[in-house]
Amino acid sequence: MYVAVKGGEKAIDNAHAWLDEERRGDLGVAELSLPQIREQLSLAVNRVMAEGSLYDPDLAALAIKQARGDLIEAIFLIRAYRTTLPRIGHSHPVETGKMACDRRISATYKDAPGGQVLGPTFDYTHRLIDFKLAAEAEAEAEAGAEESTPAAATGAAEGGDMPRITDFLNDEGLIQTEAPCDTTPPDMTRAPMEYPAGRPLRLQALTRGDEGFVLGMAYSTQRGYGRNHPFVGELRIGKVPVEMDIPELGFAIEIGEITLTECETVNQFAGSKTEPAQFTRGYGLVFGQTERKAISMALVDRALRWEELGEDNVGVPAQDEEFVLAHSDNIQATGFLEHIKLPHYVDFQSELELIRKLRGDAMATQAQQTQEAAE
Amino acid sequence: MSIAHTPGSSDHARQQSGQPAKAPDDPRQSSPHAARQAWMGLLAKSSAVDLAAKVEAYAEEAVLPSFTWLRAPEIGGVMVRGRMGGTGAAFNLGEMTVTRCALRLDTGETGHGYVQGRSKRHAEQAAMVDALMQTARAEAVRAAVLTPLEAGKQAEQAARAAKAARTKVDFFTLVRGED
Repeated sequence: MYVAVKGGEKAIDNAHAWLDEERRGDLGVAELSLPQIREQLSLAVNRVMAEGSLYDPDLAALAIKQARGDLIEAIFLIRAYRTTLPRIGHSHPVETGKMACDRRISATYKDAPGGQVLGPTFDYTHRLIDFKLAAEAEAEAEAGAEESTPAAATGAAEGGDMPRITDFLNDEGLIQTEAPCDTTPPDMTRAPMEYPAGRPLRLQALTRGDEGFVLGMAYSTQRGYGRNHPFVGELRIGKVPVEMDIPELGFAIEIGEITLTECETVNQFAGSKTEPAQFTRGYGLVFGQTERKAISMALVDRALRWEELGEDNVGVPAQDEEFVLAHSDNIQATGFLEHIKLPHYVDFQSELELIRKLRGDAMATQAQQTQEAAE
Repeated sequence: MSIAHTPGSSDHARQQSGQPAKAPDDPRQSSPHAARQAWMGLLAKSSAVDLAAKVEAYAEEAVLPSFTWLRAPEIGGVMVRGRMGGTGAAFNLGEMTVTRCALRLDTGETGHGYVQGRSKRHAEQAAMVDALMQTARAEAVRAAVLTPLEAGKQAEQAARAAKAARTKVDFFTLVRGED
């Protein structure tokens, strides 16, 4: 139990003033601008948008600056701001099949129609610290880009549709289909979670869940705690328009466009004596360029579908919906965890009294026993 | 200045004329509001800075008409939905910030602004352009604002697509030595 304390205003004010000073750091170093954070720390911005569950790069950049780069603190700021926004409405489901892809790869089909487009990826880098960046070698980098321009002409000409990889498998009936359905999905920001939550709520929770936690859960399935043999059927990153019905107009318009990362996994079979074997699938869709998170989400989504796919519950954490969803939110987790550092003096006082009493009683009994033994 | 939720009468007429078409391939094509949907979408997806530059340049040549607010600019959230497996049932992905407003020109046309982000000026200028596009000044506004915005947007997309195309690879599966 937490009992409020009073006092300390002066010290708290001073602590906050010092915090402002520390955030700014050495005044001899130029201050970070929001566009600098948005443009140059964009993957941090993407993570804050995804887990803050609010797509607004400028706001995420501001939160990162205010939080001194503590991303969970920044996510906390975004979540708090989000609650103050009136809900204007909801969008049509985004059409990721028509994404303008910056990146699109398949680990299952070498010759995927539309091609394997690497995009701006860390893959195939050597993960060696690049000391050139410390020397601000940007002019050099630009010169390098100029040289490779001719290739662009050929590539741009064949740009066009990038059909879904799962559609090819679907054509042969080799993978379970995802039939469209227009029922209104439940919203965990509007109603308290109840278990079993079902797949729409699981996906909502996972997409805003802590990247580290979701990654850990996904990794546990790979290491054998609920193994489901995933292939990355397709991973795509790019922009999609967001369309919404405008009641006062009576038709839908595009109200903006957002960058998303989508991952579809192809997993081992479900089937029975009556139904032929089929690949199964897991799905990840996350705000921004966030592929580690999207792949993790797809693996955990797949693991949590055990019941629907007629698999055994082997009792592993990644199959336990309540365990996963109740612990995936880093704001809930950090709120409960960090509150234990706040004053608990009254609580602790009662525990002190209790332990003194217990020890007192025990010592009295011991003394009595010693005396009895001596007699 | 009146602030009210009532949409303009012209919008009511539109509402009666039918639901937006929901053809899975391209909802634009068959919609009777295709032109307006296209410019409203372009205004929403353009950056506030780009739109402001075009509108201000246009305002220097031709004074913007006066108007009254039907709904003063307000910032809110829109829940973005996705589909399971990309094609299945809908789920809630997360919100995005949106600013909206509605205004009526003194000549009676109603303009709506629904734009991504938190810029009230962006929403106001989008609504102003939407209203002007329903007046006799439509062609001038299209030439001064929409056409250059569209061209800029397309150039940006083409540049990005070209960069992506430059990273297109062919993987070869190597024959393993053991045979």
